[in-house]
Amino acid sequence: MEPNYPRFTQEMKKTHTILIPNMLPLHFSMLAAALEYDGYHVEVLGNCGSQVAQLGLKYVHNDTCYPALLVIGQFLDALQSGKYDLDHTALLITQTGGGCRASNYIHLLRKALQRAGYGHIPVASLNFSGLEKDSGFQMNLSIGRKAIAAIFYGDLIMALRNQTSPYEVTKGQAKALAEQWVDTICGWFHQNKGFSGGEMKATFPKIAKDFAAIPVVRTPKVKVGIVGEIYVKYSPLGNNNLEEFLASQDCEVNLPGLLGFVDYCISNMGDTVRFYGGSLAEVWGSEALLKYLDGFERAMGKAMREAGFHAPARFLELREMANGIISRGNKMGEGWLLTAEMVELVTTGYENIVCAQPFGCLPNHICGKGMISRIRAIYPNANITPIDYDPSATPVNQENRIKLMISVGKERLEERIAAQAAPVQEPVAGLESKIESIPGVH
Amino acid sequence: MRVGLDIGSTTIKCVVLDEHDQVIYDTYERHGSHITEKAGELLARLAKEQVPGGKAYLAISGSAGMGLADGCGVPFVQEVFATRVAAKRLAPQADVVIELGGEDAKILFLSGGTEVRMNGSCAGGTGAFIDQMATLLKMSPEELNTAASRAEKTYTIASRCGVFAKSDIQPLINQGAAAGDIAASIYQAVVNQTIAGLAQGRPIQGNVLYLGGPLTFNSELRRSFDQTLELTGLCPDHSLHFVAMGAAFYADKEMDLAQVAKAIGSIQQVGEYTSQPPLFANKQEYEDFHARHMRASVPRVPFGADVGPVHIGVDSGSTTVKVAVIDDNANLLFTDYQPNLGNPLPLIREVLLKLYQNHPNLEVASVTSTGYGEELVKHAFRGDFGVVETVAHFTAARHFLPDVDFIIDIGGQDMKCFKIEDGAISDIFLNEACSSGCGSFLQTFAQALGYDVKEFAALGLFADKPVDLGSRCTVFMNSSVKQAQKDGASIQNISAGLSISVVKNAIYKVIRAASPEELGRRIVVQGGTFYNEAVLRAFEKEMGVEVVRPDIAGLMGAFGAALHGRSLVEKGHKSSLLSHQELLEFTQKTQNVQCNGCTNHCQLTVSTFAGGRKLISGNRCEKPVTGKTAENDLNLYAYKQKMLASYKPGPSVRGTIGIPLCLNMYELLPFWHAFFTSLGFAVVTSPVSTRAMYIKGQASIPSDTVCFPAKLAHGHIRALADMGVKTIFYPCMSYNIDEHLGDNHYNCPVVAYYPEVLAVNCPELANVTFINEYVGLHRPKDFKKKMFEILNRYFTGIKRAEVERAADMGYAEYNAHMQRLRDKGAEIIAAARAEGKRIMVLAGRPYHVDPEVNHGIDALLCRHGAAVVTEDSVAWHEEKFPTTVLNQWTYHSRLYAAAKYCTTQKDMDLVQLVSFGCGVDAITTDETREILHEGGKLYTQLKIDEITNLGAVNIRIRSLLAALDEKERKGE
Repeated sequence: MEPNYPRFTQEMKKTHTILIPNMLPLHFSMLAAALEYDGYHVEVLGNCGSQVAQLGLKYVHNDTCYPALLVIGQFLDALQSGKYDLDHTALLITQTGGGCRASNYIHLLRKALQRAGYGHIPVASLNFSGLEKDSGFQMNLSIGRKAIAAIFYGDLIMALRNQTSPYEVTKGQAKALAEQWVDTICGWFHQNKGFSGGEMKATFPKIAKDFAAIPVVRTPKVKVGIVGEIYVKYSPLGNNNLEEFLASQDCEVNLPGLLGFVDYCISNMGDTVRFYGGSLAEVWGSEALLKYLDGFERAMGKAMREAGFHAPARFLELREMANGIISRGNKMGEGWLLTAEMVELVTTGYENIVCAQPFGCLPNHICGKGMISRIRAIYPNANITPIDYDPSATPVNQENRIKLMISVGKERLEERIAAQAAPVQEPVAGLESKIESIPGVH
Repeated sequence: MRVGLDIGSTTIKCVVLDEHDQVIYDTYERHGSHITEKAGELLARLAKEQVPGGKAYLAISGSAGMGLADGCGVPFVQEVFATRVAAKRLAPQADVVIELGGEDAKILFLSGGTEVRMNGSCAGGTGAFIDQMATLLKMSPEELNTAASRAEKTYTIASRCGVFAKSDIQPLINQGAAAGDIAASIYQAVVNQTIAGLAQGRPIQGNVLYLGGPLTFNSELRRSFDQTLELTGLCPDHSLHFVAMGAAFYADKEMDLAQVAKAIGSIQQVGEYTSQPPLFANKQEYEDFHARHMRASVPRVPFGADVGPVHIGVDSGSTTVKVAVIDDNANLLFTDYQPNLGNPLPLIREVLLKLYQNHPNLEVASVTSTGYGEELVKHAFRGDFGVVETVAHFTAARHFLPDVDFIIDIGGQDMKCFKIEDGAISDIFLNEACSSGCGSFLQTFAQALGYDVKEFAALGLFADKPVDLGSRCTVFMNSSVKQAQKDGASIQNISAGLSISVVKNAIYKVIRAASPEELGRRIVVQGGTFYNEAVLRAFEKEMGVEVVRPDIAGLMGAFGAALHGRSLVEKGHKSSLLSHQELLEFTQKTQNVQCNGCTNHCQLTVSTFAGGRKLISGNRCEKPVTGKTAENDLNLYAYKQKMLASYKPGPSVRGTIGIPLCLNMYELLPFWHAFFTSLGFAVVTSPVSTRAMYIKGQASIPSDTVCFPAKLAHGHIRALADMGVKTIFYPCMSYNIDEHLGDNHYNCPVVAYYPEVLAVNCPELANVTFINEYVGLHRPKDFKKKMFEILNRYFTGIKRAEVERAADMGYAEYNAHMQRLRDKGAEIIAAARAEGKRIMVLAGRPYHVDPEVNHGIDALLCRHGAAVVTEDSVAWHEEKFPTTVLNQWTYHSRLYAAAKYCTTQKDMDLVQLVSFGCGVDAITTDETREILHEGGKLYTQLKIDEITNLGAVNIRIRSLLAALDEKERKGE
């Protein structure tokens, strides 16, 4: 089959509105602002409802993963809504370029558009792997820097909001503050500011202090971490409003940030060379980049701690946490990162975990479900429930399993309160690493 | 006083405890999804009769109690948690609790690290499953238990889920297996699923408690657990009420029961659920629709004495038997349709006898049989012809609509769709396991609710808000219905929703069409399910097209068979059918035996008819029939198996290395064998896969939705450990060898990293050095360097030069192996051409060569007269070419290339083997189909899993061959 699809051209930047699927509401609105400054017209899609999955099922092979069905269904639903001038609309989709079938979403989207009669709508790829080089949509420094800033701000605001809202005295304050900060930052991006290293480092403490100022009562609550396939982990559309459900069950939620995934992709470039050979420049390059980003992570963590919040492990720490359980060679999908995140959560008080994946997710057979028994063996307090998401899975079944996990968590919490014991289990030391030290770093 | 309420998916349970925690009242009843009514009633009754003063500590548990508890402000306890609370109090000595409910299965480990586990969304092993299977056997659950107690042996039944199990059980019923044996096999399947799916490697030992309905009511199920676990579990008092008691113990708030009952009563059933547009906007629309379909009728004439010669068509399907009699002008004289109660022959004999009796001068010109029982019927009654059912259906459809371009047939168990181009079948879609039984599901469901299926369907026609019940499979639909009932959906809306779901399953999962343009405009729909007007309407609405539904929709196979016979005989032909007298004397004896001719161990059914005529069925090759060894000369799969088996261990200088013969080792064994042999290791491989090996390893599988070839790996590791191998080598490989056929050369995530899963989940590896390092054969120079470092982490004294030489040997052997494969492929192709045979590229992955994975489909193809080659033996003919998907996996690049090559070869066709759960194939199947279609070839996909219904595969293959023959005839 000769691929024959419309390219996103340079000119379309001016004439077309680009639709973006909504995976992470906070992050993606700031990302949109970054693109807008660069001259793109963008819109982050907010449409949901059962017709989204229905359209996905109709136009995509039903055995494809749920995120593909949803993302494509969401696009088609938007195109059918009549809200957009179809001759001046384009779509943007992310592509990782790894060995997981997710790298094929863009192609499935194009096939679906063709079949649904939208074959003329161009699709652009957002990737850092150099795929789709013939597209008029390309990463540039301005977008890239703002995108990175959007991720940092997004992760920070999300974490602070999640650590505040379950305890706040006046309900809704943390949420409102999060939205207010996102608006502020979007405003900065539109004026081409707020994304430089200095500005970010100066802003982090301000955000943290603002959240710290919200009156709270810190009655102990069940703390639940969410890990999983990136889309169902974050997207309320993908995980049946998991965050909201957990909040309704009186839990504190910890959603590890998006930066981890970005760092993971960068880190894998170097690891690939170390495992299989190749240019050492890639190792040094990726490590240098990670080091650079680590600087901001440190600043962010410091801001959080100083304002009295819990700061997640930095990526360079996180990277070592799956050692002895799964190798860093496991780099498809969320790969070792998912396992590492589970360990990080278990060892920082978030021992109750929902491991969310699309039904039949290939990488999660390995790095998710496949590793749970080992994590439990090493950290007996780990209380992990894997949940499959699928267009036909009933929320009642999912919620029932999550409630089981929460019940166990609650019981332990009560025991602990009774015993007044320290809730945190230290990371198990001395697990031998299969990875030699990284040349050029240590 | 304490009250605990447990509202499950099918039943409501309640206990009342006095001050000493003694049970003073308990109840267990089915709620028929009338949850709020039942719960309210129950509490009101308790307040009046059981609880003096009407106040008690109260908590609610159970999956259906979840929403209810929130709605009336009563504390909720998750049911597994409640079980634990109760078990700790009532049975402190228990180590493990196994609890089976209506839809859920749970295991609780109480001693040595408390752990609670629940089945995943796609797993059977539950009460609903047992109920369904009992219905299938036409028994009550009690009868099933009694039958099982008389069992002499058990069959393997896929325990993954009800749909799969049903696909396995139906052929067993049809083969005449004893009901008791099937019943016991069903229980065994539940046991296997529970242990494999939930225990996941953690041993079940010590004091075991059996709880919940299925385990309380079915003594044979308990016995199966006892036997498998090698212990004697206890089904304690109140085994049905542990959850309710747990809830009662947990309750920490005293409540006024009457008030709670009132609060429950006032929970508004708002009918809030995901709905779809109604089937008909108004009565008029329905009237027009109804009138239009009444027009597609076949002419009928009375079956008088003067009708002349008749043609009889018999369609012996998996669940029904249909007979049609037509005259020389294709007028319909007589039809018969009845459920197949296991053995179709007595039913057909009755019908034929009736024909002889009622029409003394009957002149039979031809008898043609079709369907699963085609051969059996033909042999038993000495019929004239057999025709594969796809052709029979096509023949019938063409009779109604000569220029038909699409046919869809939804029967009880199967769905079949064909695309017609230029008067020949150009594409065939048959359902895979997940879509099975949609038709009969409507029927069973209607019956369960106490309706006749017609009545039930009619209810849905004017539903205002049909429920969206999903389209994955009937198991998921079943649980969606329960949720919908909880959400207050009316029976009308559920009925309509079910009809729509069946249609969506057919369209989205089987046909994979999004618009009528992809199907064609002239569509004939048939099969018994389309008598259901709601289904018919849903299909038209979903596709936006008007279709033809013949009035004999359910008889099209038989009608087509009769037409087929009519077209084959000359005027005056006399059928070879048994005479009236012979029919009266007809006898049949059936015997089930296992063929031991090869490792496939086919379950053979030997039927002996009056006069000593015999028919052997269930075989994959001719060996049990002719006694000759299977013809494997033109089968590259057999050659590949032989080649791999030839890698025997060499001398052991440095020690022994074990290699599990699974997944990519099916291709890389030559490499690693040569590599380690060169280094002085004796290389032993795990034996060829068997069912028993799989069962032995299945307890350590952590994800029940991973593909079967990966699950088998657990058995191979276990086998190596049992052989006493101390070092097992099975590396992780993100990348495969780059054959320059794609944009990248990845392995799929499962092939790439499955060793990681084995390393942490297989308990037998505790005493084994398991080398699952990451290696990359795609960069030979780096490989040598990295491999040297890796080996020195495990062994001492291996020199760099040795590793380099070994690697060279490995690459050389690998290349030689692949070359031998290609040479043999070319040889087979040449031989097939010389003999005028069709060449089938049975395209899969290297591990599809495993006979336990491919279920002998290669031999089956050969049996039908085709030569079989592999995708990797022809892919090299092609250069890299553009595809519409990202072509980034080595194995799949070969697949595309092989498909492309087929389009250049007139006598070569491709059949794709797809393992159930292979996510990558969701992408490759569409692409392969497109490549083949563009080159004017048919696309055939065979989905295979742990167990595969070869009857369906057989029909599929024969349909393909028939379509190819037809196409060839047209072309000439």
